[in-house]
Amino acid sequence: MQSGLPDRVPPGQYLTSDFPVLSAGPTPRTSLDRWSFEINGLVRQPVRWYWAEFQRLPTSTYTVDIHCVTKWSKLDTRWDGVSVDTLLESVEIDPDAHFVIAFCDGGYTTNMPLNEILDGKAFIGIQYDGAPLRPEHGGPARLVVPALYFWKSAKWVRGLTLIEKDKPGFWESLGYNNHGDPWKEERYYGDRTD
Amino acid sequence: METELIKEEVLPRILEWQISTVVKVRQETQSVKTFTLALPNWTPHRAGQHYDVRLTDPDGYQTQRSYSIASSPEQKGEIELTVERLEEGEVSTYLHDVLIIGDQVELRGPIGGYFVWEAHMGGPLLLVAGGSGIVPLMAMIRHWCAVQSNSPVRLLYSSRTYEDIIYREELERLRLEYSGMEVFHTLTREHPQGWDGYTRRIDIQMLEEVAKPFGSNLKAYICGPTALVEDVANGLVSLGIPAKQIRTERFGPTGVP
Repeated sequence: MQSGLPDRVPPGQYLTSDFPVLSAGPTPRTSLDRWSFEINGLVRQPVRWYWAEFQRLPTSTYTVDIHCVTKWSKLDTRWDGVSVDTLLESVEIDPDAHFVIAFCDGGYTTNMPLNEILDGKAFIGIQYDGAPLRPEHGGPARLVVPALYFWKSAKWVRGLTLIEKDKPGFWESLGYNNHGDPWKEERYYGDRTD
Repeated sequence: METELIKEEVLPRILEWQISTVVKVRQETQSVKTFTLALPNWTPHRAGQHYDVRLTDPDGYQTQRSYSIASSPEQKGEIELTVERLEEGEVSTYLHDVLIIGDQVELRGPIGGYFVWEAHMGGPLLLVAGGSGIVPLMAMIRHWCAVQSNSPVRLLYSSRTYEDIIYREELERLRLEYSGMEVFHTLTREHPQGWDGYTRRIDIQMLEEVAKPFGSNLKAYICGPTALVEDVANGLVSLGIPAKQIRTERFGPTGVP
Protein backbone atom coordinates (compact mmCIF):
# COMPACT_ATOMS: atom_id res chain seq x y z
CA MET A 1 0.00 0.00 0.00
CA GLN A 2 0.92 3.61 -0.49
CA SER A 3 2.39 4.97 2.70
CA GLY A 4 4.35 8.02 3.70
CA LEU A 5 1.95 10.37 1.96
CA PRO A 6 2.82 14.03 2.48
CA ASP A 7 1.19 15.56 5.52
CA ARG A 8 -0.83 17.71 3.15
CA VAL A 9 -3.07 14.73 2.38
CA PRO A 10 -6.06 14.42 4.77
CA PRO A 11 -7.06 11.07 6.30
CA GLY A 12 -8.57 8.52 3.91
CA GLN A 13 -7.47 10.44 0.80
CA TYR A 14 -5.07 9.35 -1.95
CA LEU A 15 -3.14 11.48 -4.41
CA THR A 16 -4.01 11.79 -8.06
CA SER A 17 -2.30 13.74 -10.80
CA ASP A 18 -5.41 13.75 -13.01
CA PHE A 19 -8.21 16.21 -12.59
CA PRO A 20 -11.28 13.99 -12.22
CA VAL A 21 -14.75 15.20 -13.16
CA LEU A 22 -17.80 14.57 -11.01
CA SER A 23 -21.26 16.00 -11.43
CA ALA A 24 -24.85 14.94 -11.03
CA GLY A 25 -26.13 15.74 -14.51
CA PRO A 26 -25.27 17.17 -17.90
CA THR A 27 -22.73 19.97 -18.08
CA PRO A 28 -24.67 23.25 -18.41
CA ARG A 29 -23.73 25.47 -21.34
CA THR A 30 -24.52 29.07 -20.57
CA SER A 31 -23.33 31.51 -23.19
CA LEU A 32 -21.14 34.24 -21.75
CA ASP A 33 -23.45 37.00 -22.95
CA ARG A 34 -26.17 35.53 -20.72
CA TRP A 35 -23.88 34.89 -17.79
CA SER A 36 -23.94 36.96 -14.62
CA PHE A 37 -22.82 36.62 -11.04
CA GLU A 38 -24.98 37.91 -8.23
CA ILE A 39 -24.71 38.48 -4.50
CA ASN A 40 -28.08 38.67 -2.82
CA GLY A 41 -29.92 37.74 0.34
CA LEU A 42 -28.97 39.53 3.55
CA VAL A 43 -27.22 42.47 1.95
CA ARG A 44 -28.41 46.05 1.82
CA GLN A 45 -28.37 46.12 -1.98
CA PRO A 46 -27.88 43.03 -4.15
CA VAL A 47 -25.16 43.35 -6.78
CA ARG A 48 -24.73 41.71 -10.15
CA TRP A 49 -21.82 41.55 -12.59
CA TYR A 50 -22.12 40.50 -16.21
CA TRP A 51 -19.26 38.53 -17.73
CA ALA A 52 -17.41 41.52 -19.20
CA GLU A 53 -17.68 43.36 -15.87
CA PHE A 54 -16.62 40.30 -13.92
CA GLN A 55 -13.54 39.98 -16.13
CA ARG A 56 -12.45 43.48 -15.12
CA LEU A 57 -12.42 42.65 -11.41
CA PRO A 58 -8.95 42.23 -9.88
CA THR A 59 -7.78 38.62 -10.00
CA SER A 60 -5.12 36.73 -8.11
CA THR A 61 -3.28 33.50 -8.78
CA TYR A 62 -3.96 30.77 -6.24
CA THR A 63 -2.05 27.53 -5.76
CA VAL A 64 -4.20 25.26 -3.62
CA ASP A 65 -4.66 21.61 -2.66
CA ILE A 66 -8.08 20.14 -3.38
CA HIS A 67 -9.73 17.18 -1.69
CA CYS A 68 -12.73 15.33 -3.13
CA VAL A 69 -15.04 13.35 -0.86
CA THR A 70 -14.70 10.46 -3.34
CA LYS A 71 -11.17 10.11 -1.86
CA TRP A 72 -8.83 11.75 -4.37
CA SER A 73 -6.68 14.72 -3.50
CA LYS A 74 -4.72 16.85 -5.91
CA LEU A 75 -1.91 19.07 -4.69
CA ASP A 76 -0.78 22.44 -6.02
CA THR A 77 -3.61 23.14 -8.43
CA ARG A 78 -3.17 26.56 -10.00
CA TRP A 79 -6.10 28.91 -10.51
CA ASP A 80 -6.75 32.51 -11.41
CA GLY A 81 -9.81 34.03 -9.91
CA VAL A 82 -11.54 36.78 -8.02
CA SER A 83 -11.40 36.68 -4.24
CA VAL A 84 -14.78 36.38 -2.53
CA ASP A 85 -13.56 39.23 -0.29
CA THR A 86 -13.31 41.46 -3.36
CA LEU A 87 -16.87 40.62 -4.37
CA LEU A 88 -18.26 41.21 -0.90
CA GLU A 89 -16.62 44.64 -0.76
CA SER A 90 -19.37 45.71 -3.18
CA VAL A 91 -22.17 44.99 -0.73
CA GLU A 92 -23.08 45.98 2.78
CA ILE A 93 -23.57 42.74 4.67
CA ASP A 94 -26.42 42.49 7.15
CA PRO A 95 -25.03 41.55 10.60
CA ASP A 96 -27.54 38.68 10.69
CA ALA A 97 -25.87 36.97 7.71
CA HIS A 98 -24.03 33.92 9.03
CA PHE A 99 -24.27 31.40 6.20
CA VAL A 100 -24.08 31.41 2.45
CA ILE A 101 -25.69 29.35 -0.30
CA ALA A 102 -23.82 29.14 -3.59
CA PHE A 103 -26.22 28.73 -6.51
CA CYS A 104 -25.37 27.47 -9.97
CA ASP A 105 -26.51 26.81 -13.50
CA GLY A 106 -28.30 23.48 -13.50
CA GLY A 107 -29.88 24.09 -10.09
CA TYR A 108 -27.01 22.88 -7.90
CA THR A 109 -26.61 24.51 -4.50
CA THR A 110 -24.18 24.14 -1.61
CA ASN A 111 -24.05 25.79 1.80
CA MET A 112 -21.29 26.90 4.15
CA PRO A 113 -20.65 29.29 7.03
CA LEU A 114 -20.01 32.80 5.73
CA ASN A 115 -16.81 33.17 7.74
CA GLU A 116 -15.33 30.13 5.97
CA ILE A 117 -15.24 31.93 2.64
CA LEU A 118 -13.86 35.23 3.97
CA ASP A 119 -10.29 36.45 4.55
CA GLY A 120 -8.76 34.87 1.48
CA LYS A 121 -10.33 31.46 2.06
CA ALA A 122 -12.37 31.34 -1.19
CA PHE A 123 -12.37 32.69 -4.72
CA ILE A 124 -14.30 32.45 -7.95
CA GLY A 125 -11.95 30.59 -10.30
CA ILE A 126 -12.12 31.51 -13.96
CA GLN A 127 -8.81 30.07 -15.16
CA TYR A 128 -7.22 26.73 -14.39
CA ASP A 129 -3.56 26.15 -15.15
CA GLY A 130 -3.43 29.35 -17.16
CA ALA A 131 -6.36 28.58 -19.46
CA PRO A 132 -10.08 29.35 -19.25
CA LEU A 133 -11.78 26.88 -16.91
CA ARG A 134 -13.33 24.12 -19.00
CA PRO A 135 -17.09 23.52 -18.74
CA GLU A 136 -16.75 19.99 -17.31
CA HIS A 137 -14.64 21.44 -14.49
CA GLY A 138 -17.20 24.13 -13.78
CA GLY A 139 -16.36 26.83 -16.31
CA PRO A 140 -16.86 29.61 -16.99
CA ALA A 141 -16.66 30.21 -13.23
CA ARG A 142 -16.37 27.97 -10.20
CA LEU A 143 -16.44 28.76 -6.51
CA VAL A 144 -13.26 27.34 -4.97
CA VAL A 145 -13.12 26.73 -1.21
CA PRO A 146 -9.97 24.64 -0.73
CA ALA A 147 -10.43 24.07 3.02
CA LEU A 148 -13.64 22.07 2.47
CA TYR A 149 -14.33 18.94 0.43
CA PHE A 150 -14.48 19.82 -3.23
CA TRP A 151 -18.27 19.43 -3.65
CA LYS A 152 -18.46 22.76 -1.78
CA SER A 153 -16.46 24.28 -4.64
CA ALA A 154 -19.57 24.72 -6.73
CA LYS A 155 -19.22 24.37 -10.50
CA TRP A 156 -21.01 26.79 -12.86
CA VAL A 157 -21.54 29.14 -9.95
CA ARG A 158 -23.80 32.10 -10.63
CA GLY A 159 -23.98 33.71 -7.26
CA LEU A 160 -24.05 33.69 -3.49
CA THR A 161 -27.08 34.14 -1.26
CA LEU A 162 -26.33 35.31 2.27
CA ILE A 163 -28.68 33.88 4.89
CA GLU A 164 -29.14 33.91 8.64
CA LYS A 165 -29.87 30.26 9.36
CA ASP A 166 -27.98 27.39 7.77
CA LYS A 167 -29.80 25.43 5.07
CA PRO A 168 -28.49 22.23 3.47
CA GLY A 169 -27.63 22.36 -0.23
CA PHE A 170 -27.87 19.62 -2.84
CA TRP A 171 -25.44 16.94 -1.62
CA GLU A 172 -25.88 18.10 1.96
CA SER A 173 -29.50 16.92 1.82
CA LEU A 174 -28.52 13.63 0.14
CA GLY A 175 -26.53 12.07 2.94
CA TYR A 176 -23.31 14.07 2.69
CA ASN A 177 -21.93 16.04 5.60
CA ASN A 178 -23.25 19.52 6.19
CA HIS A 179 -19.82 21.00 6.83
CA GLY A 180 -17.28 18.87 4.94
CA ASP A 181 -13.89 19.51 6.55
CA PRO A 182 -11.48 16.97 4.99
CA TRP A 183 -9.07 17.14 7.95
CA LYS A 184 -11.87 16.00 10.28
CA GLU A 185 -13.05 13.53 7.63
CA GLU A 186 -16.55 14.99 7.62
CA ARG A 187 -17.70 13.01 4.59
CA TYR A 188 -21.22 11.87 5.36
CA TYR A 189 -24.13 12.72 7.59
CA GLY A 190 -23.21 12.10 11.21
CA ASP A 191 -19.43 12.20 10.66
CA ARG A 192 -17.66 14.35 13.22
CA THR A 193 -18.69 17.99 13.09
CA ASP A 194 -17.46 20.30 15.79
CA MET B 1 -31.19 28.53 -11.47
CA GLU B 2 -33.79 28.08 -14.16
CA THR B 3 -34.12 24.41 -13.48
CA GLU B 4 -34.34 22.67 -10.17
CA LEU B 5 -32.49 19.41 -9.77
CA ILE B 6 -35.03 16.89 -8.61
CA LYS B 7 -33.99 15.36 -5.38
CA GLU B 8 -35.56 12.83 -3.17
CA GLU B 9 -35.50 13.43 0.53
CA VAL B 10 -33.67 10.66 2.27
CA LEU B 11 -33.73 10.11 5.97
CA PRO B 12 -30.19 10.69 7.10
CA ARG B 13 -28.59 7.78 8.87
CA ILE B 14 -25.21 7.74 10.54
CA LEU B 15 -22.92 5.44 8.60
CA GLU B 16 -20.90 3.19 10.87
CA TRP B 17 -17.95 1.10 9.73
CA GLN B 18 -18.65 -2.62 9.87
CA ILE B 19 -16.71 -5.79 9.17
CA SER B 20 -18.07 -7.85 6.29
CA THR B 21 -17.08 -11.35 5.29
CA VAL B 22 -16.32 -12.51 1.77
CA VAL B 23 -18.75 -15.30 0.91
CA LYS B 24 -18.20 -15.54 -2.84
CA VAL B 25 -15.73 -14.34 -5.47
CA ARG B 26 -16.65 -14.46 -9.13
CA GLN B 27 -14.35 -13.65 -12.05
CA GLU B 28 -16.44 -11.52 -14.43
CA THR B 29 -13.83 -10.69 -17.05
CA GLN B 30 -10.05 -10.87 -17.15
CA SER B 31 -9.74 -7.71 -15.04
CA VAL B 32 -13.05 -7.63 -13.19
CA LYS B 33 -14.22 -9.60 -10.16
CA THR B 34 -17.39 -9.57 -8.13
CA PHE B 35 -17.10 -9.97 -4.36
CA THR B 36 -20.17 -11.04 -2.41
CA LEU B 37 -19.88 -9.68 1.13
CA ALA B 38 -22.06 -10.69 4.08
CA LEU B 39 -22.81 -7.73 6.36
CA PRO B 40 -23.58 -7.90 10.07
CA ASN B 41 -25.62 -4.69 9.80
CA TRP B 42 -27.12 -4.90 6.34
CA THR B 43 -29.64 -2.21 5.42
CA PRO B 44 -31.51 -2.06 2.14
CA HIS B 45 -29.77 0.22 -0.33
CA ARG B 46 -31.19 2.09 -3.29
CA ALA B 47 -30.00 0.79 -6.65
CA GLY B 48 -27.13 3.02 -7.77
CA GLN B 49 -25.62 3.64 -4.33
CA HIS B 50 -22.10 2.70 -3.24
CA TYR B 51 -20.12 1.53 -0.25
CA ASP B 52 -16.78 2.80 1.01
CA VAL B 53 -14.15 0.13 1.58
CA ARG B 54 -11.32 0.82 4.06
CA LEU B 55 -8.05 -1.09 4.25
CA THR B 56 -5.65 -0.79 7.16
CA ASP B 57 -2.07 -2.05 6.93
CA PRO B 58 -0.10 -3.37 9.93
CA ASP B 59 1.44 0.07 10.48
CA GLY B 60 -1.99 1.63 10.82
CA TYR B 61 -1.95 3.33 7.42
CA GLN B 62 -5.48 3.44 6.07
CA THR B 63 -6.85 3.94 2.60
CA GLN B 64 -10.39 4.06 1.28
CA ARG B 65 -12.19 3.69 -2.03
CA SER B 66 -15.82 3.82 -3.10
CA TYR B 67 -17.36 0.91 -5.01
CA SER B 68 -20.82 0.78 -6.53
CA ILE B 69 -23.19 -1.90 -5.34
CA ALA B 70 -23.99 -4.39 -8.10
CA SER B 71 -26.64 -6.40 -6.29
CA SER B 72 -30.28 -5.46 -5.93
CA PRO B 73 -31.73 -4.31 -2.61
CA GLU B 74 -33.86 -7.46 -2.72
CA GLN B 75 -30.73 -9.56 -2.12
CA LYS B 76 -30.83 -9.34 1.63
CA GLY B 77 -28.03 -9.59 4.18
CA GLU B 78 -25.23 -9.19 1.66
CA ILE B 79 -24.00 -6.94 -1.09
CA GLU B 80 -22.07 -7.57 -4.27
CA LEU B 81 -19.29 -5.21 -5.26
CA THR B 82 -17.93 -5.55 -8.78
CA VAL B 83 -14.39 -4.21 -8.93
CA GLU B 84 -12.06 -3.60 -11.85
CA ARG B 85 -8.41 -4.32 -11.14
CA LEU B 86 -6.36 -1.21 -11.81
CA GLU B 87 -2.61 -1.65 -12.13
CA GLU B 88 -1.95 1.37 -9.92
CA GLY B 89 -4.91 0.79 -7.62
CA GLU B 90 -3.76 0.10 -4.08
CA VAL B 91 -7.21 -1.13 -3.04
CA SER B 92 -8.36 -2.93 -6.20
CA THR B 93 -5.09 -4.88 -6.48
CA TYR B 94 -5.48 -6.01 -2.88
CA LEU B 95 -9.09 -7.06 -3.42
CA HIS B 96 -8.18 -8.92 -6.62
CA ASP B 97 -4.87 -10.50 -5.67
CA VAL B 98 -5.23 -11.19 -1.97
CA LEU B 99 -8.86 -11.47 -0.91
CA ILE B 100 -10.39 -14.95 -0.68
CA ILE B 101 -13.57 -16.46 0.71
CA GLY B 102 -13.74 -16.08 4.48
CA ASP B 103 -11.62 -12.92 4.58
CA GLN B 104 -12.94 -9.81 6.27
CA VAL B 105 -13.37 -6.39 4.74
CA GLU B 106 -14.18 -3.16 6.55
CA LEU B 107 -16.82 -1.02 4.88
CA ARG B 108 -19.62 1.46 5.40
CA GLY B 109 -22.64 2.50 3.40
CA PRO B 110 -24.90 2.64 1.53
CA ILE B 111 -23.95 6.10 0.28
CA GLY B 112 -25.32 8.46 -2.36
CA GLY B 113 -28.83 9.72 -2.93
CA TYR B 114 -29.02 11.10 -6.44
CA PHE B 115 -27.71 8.52 -8.89
CA VAL B 116 -30.36 6.04 -7.79
CA TRP B 117 -33.36 4.43 -9.37
CA GLU B 118 -36.20 2.75 -7.55
CA ALA B 119 -39.24 1.18 -9.16
CA HIS B 120 -41.60 3.88 -7.84
CA MET B 121 -39.64 6.47 -9.85
CA GLY B 122 -40.95 4.87 -13.03
CA GLY B 123 -39.60 5.21 -16.54
CA PRO B 124 -39.10 4.63 -19.37
CA LEU B 125 -35.57 4.00 -18.31
CA LEU B 126 -32.53 4.57 -20.52
CA LEU B 127 -29.31 3.23 -19.04
CA VAL B 128 -26.01 4.04 -20.73
CA ALA B 129 -22.78 2.48 -19.50
CA GLY B 130 -19.14 2.49 -20.48
CA GLY B 131 -16.88 -0.30 -19.16
CA SER B 132 -17.19 -0.87 -15.43
CA GLY B 133 -19.74 1.97 -15.36
CA ILE B 134 -22.24 -0.85 -15.84
CA VAL B 135 -22.06 -1.74 -12.13
CA PRO B 136 -24.56 0.71 -10.57
CA LEU B 137 -26.80 0.28 -13.63
CA MET B 138 -26.74 -3.48 -13.10
CA ALA B 139 -28.11 -2.92 -9.60
CA MET B 140 -30.95 -0.96 -11.20
CA ILE B 141 -31.57 -3.73 -13.75
CA ARG B 142 -31.57 -6.41 -11.07
CA HIS B 143 -33.93 -4.32 -8.95
CA TRP B 144 -36.12 -3.79 -12.02
CA CYS B 145 -36.28 -7.56 -12.52
CA ALA B 146 -36.82 -8.35 -8.84
CA VAL B 147 -39.87 -6.10 -8.55
CA GLN B 148 -41.08 -6.90 -12.10
CA SER B 149 -41.30 -3.21 -12.96
CA ASN B 150 -43.72 -2.16 -15.69
CA SER B 151 -41.42 0.59 -16.94
CA PRO B 152 -39.62 -0.35 -20.15
CA VAL B 153 -35.83 -0.31 -19.86
CA ARG B 154 -33.13 -0.06 -22.52
CA LEU B 155 -29.44 -0.53 -21.82
CA LEU B 156 -26.79 0.81 -24.16
CA TYR B 157 -23.45 -0.62 -23.08
CA SER B 158 -20.06 0.26 -24.54
CA SER B 159 -17.16 -2.16 -24.02
CA ARG B 160 -13.76 -2.45 -25.65
CA THR B 161 -14.04 -6.07 -26.72
CA TYR B 162 -16.53 -8.93 -26.44
CA GLU B 163 -14.48 -10.45 -23.62
CA ASP B 164 -14.65 -7.16 -21.70
CA ILE B 165 -18.44 -7.17 -21.46
CA ILE B 166 -19.21 -7.48 -17.75
CA TYR B 167 -22.34 -9.55 -16.87
CA ARG B 168 -22.59 -10.61 -20.54
CA GLU B 169 -24.38 -13.89 -19.96
CA GLU B 170 -26.71 -12.55 -17.30
CA LEU B 171 -27.70 -9.60 -19.50
CA GLU B 172 -28.44 -11.99 -22.37
CA ARG B 173 -30.51 -14.22 -20.12
CA LEU B 174 -32.50 -11.32 -18.63
CA ARG B 175 -33.10 -9.82 -22.06
CA LEU B 176 -34.68 -13.09 -23.22
CA GLU B 177 -36.66 -13.51 -20.03
CA TYR B 178 -38.13 -10.01 -19.69
CA SER B 179 -39.99 -8.53 -22.64
CA GLY B 180 -39.73 -5.00 -21.22
CA MET B 181 -35.93 -5.03 -21.39
CA GLU B 182 -33.72 -4.42 -24.39
CA VAL B 183 -29.94 -4.54 -24.44
CA PHE B 184 -27.72 -2.83 -27.03
CA HIS B 185 -23.98 -3.48 -27.04
CA THR B 186 -21.28 -1.56 -28.79
CA LEU B 187 -17.68 -2.77 -29.04
CA THR B 188 -15.14 -0.02 -29.61
CA ARG B 189 -11.85 -1.88 -30.04
CA GLU B 190 -12.51 -5.20 -31.73
CA HIS B 191 -15.47 -7.44 -32.32
CA PRO B 192 -15.95 -11.13 -33.09
CA GLN B 193 -16.97 -12.36 -36.52
CA GLY B 194 -20.70 -12.26 -37.00
CA TRP B 195 -21.15 -9.60 -34.30
CA ASP B 196 -24.45 -7.86 -34.95
CA GLY B 197 -24.19 -5.08 -32.37
CA TYR B 198 -22.67 -1.65 -32.80
CA THR B 199 -18.93 -1.35 -33.42
CA ARG B 200 -18.08 2.27 -32.62
CA ARG B 201 -18.02 4.74 -29.76
CA ILE B 202 -21.44 5.94 -28.73
CA ASP B 203 -22.47 8.82 -30.96
CA ILE B 204 -25.57 10.91 -31.49
CA GLN B 205 -26.97 8.63 -34.17
CA MET B 206 -26.67 5.59 -31.92
CA LEU B 207 -28.28 7.48 -29.04
CA GLU B 208 -31.13 8.55 -31.26
CA GLU B 209 -31.73 4.98 -32.45
CA VAL B 210 -31.75 3.60 -28.93
CA ALA B 211 -33.61 6.43 -27.19
CA LYS B 212 -36.14 7.44 -29.83
CA PRO B 213 -38.92 4.96 -28.97
CA PHE B 214 -38.98 6.39 -25.45
CA GLY B 215 -39.72 9.99 -26.51
CA SER B 216 -38.61 12.84 -24.29
CA ASN B 217 -40.08 11.54 -21.03
CA LEU B 218 -37.36 9.01 -20.45
CA LYS B 219 -35.22 8.94 -17.35
CA ALA B 220 -31.56 8.55 -18.23
CA TYR B 221 -28.73 7.22 -16.07
CA ILE B 222 -25.24 7.43 -17.51
CA CYS B 223 -22.15 5.93 -15.91
CA GLY B 224 -18.68 5.51 -17.35
CA PRO B 225 -15.49 7.38 -18.12
CA THR B 226 -15.79 11.17 -18.24
CA ALA B 227 -15.57 11.49 -22.03
CA LEU B 228 -18.39 9.00 -22.54
CA VAL B 229 -20.56 10.59 -19.86
CA GLU B 230 -20.03 14.07 -21.32
CA ASP B 231 -20.78 12.92 -24.88
CA VAL B 232 -23.89 10.98 -23.92
CA ALA B 233 -25.30 13.62 -21.57
CA ASN B 234 -24.73 16.40 -24.11
CA GLY B 235 -26.12 14.19 -26.84
CA LEU B 236 -29.33 13.49 -24.94
CA VAL B 237 -29.77 17.20 -24.19
CA SER B 238 -29.40 17.93 -27.91
CA LEU B 239 -32.05 15.29 -28.64
CA GLY B 240 -34.46 17.27 -26.50
CA ILE B 241 -34.26 15.36 -23.23
CA PRO B 242 -34.57 17.86 -20.35
CA ALA B 243 -31.35 18.06 -18.33
CA LYS B 244 -33.16 17.34 -15.08
CA GLN B 245 -34.11 13.87 -16.41
CA ILE B 246 -30.46 12.95 -16.96
CA ARG B 247 -28.39 11.69 -14.06
CA THR B 248 -24.70 11.03 -14.41
CA GLU B 249 -21.92 9.35 -12.53
CA ARG B 250 -18.29 9.22 -13.53
CA PHE B 251 -16.63 5.91 -12.97
CA GLY B 252 -13.15 4.70 -12.30
CA PRO B 253 -10.72 5.81 -9.64
CA THR B 254 -10.10 9.19 -11.15
CA GLY B 255 -12.92 9.54 -13.61
CA VAL B 256 -10.47 9.43 -16.51
CA PRO B 257 -10.54 6.55 -19.01
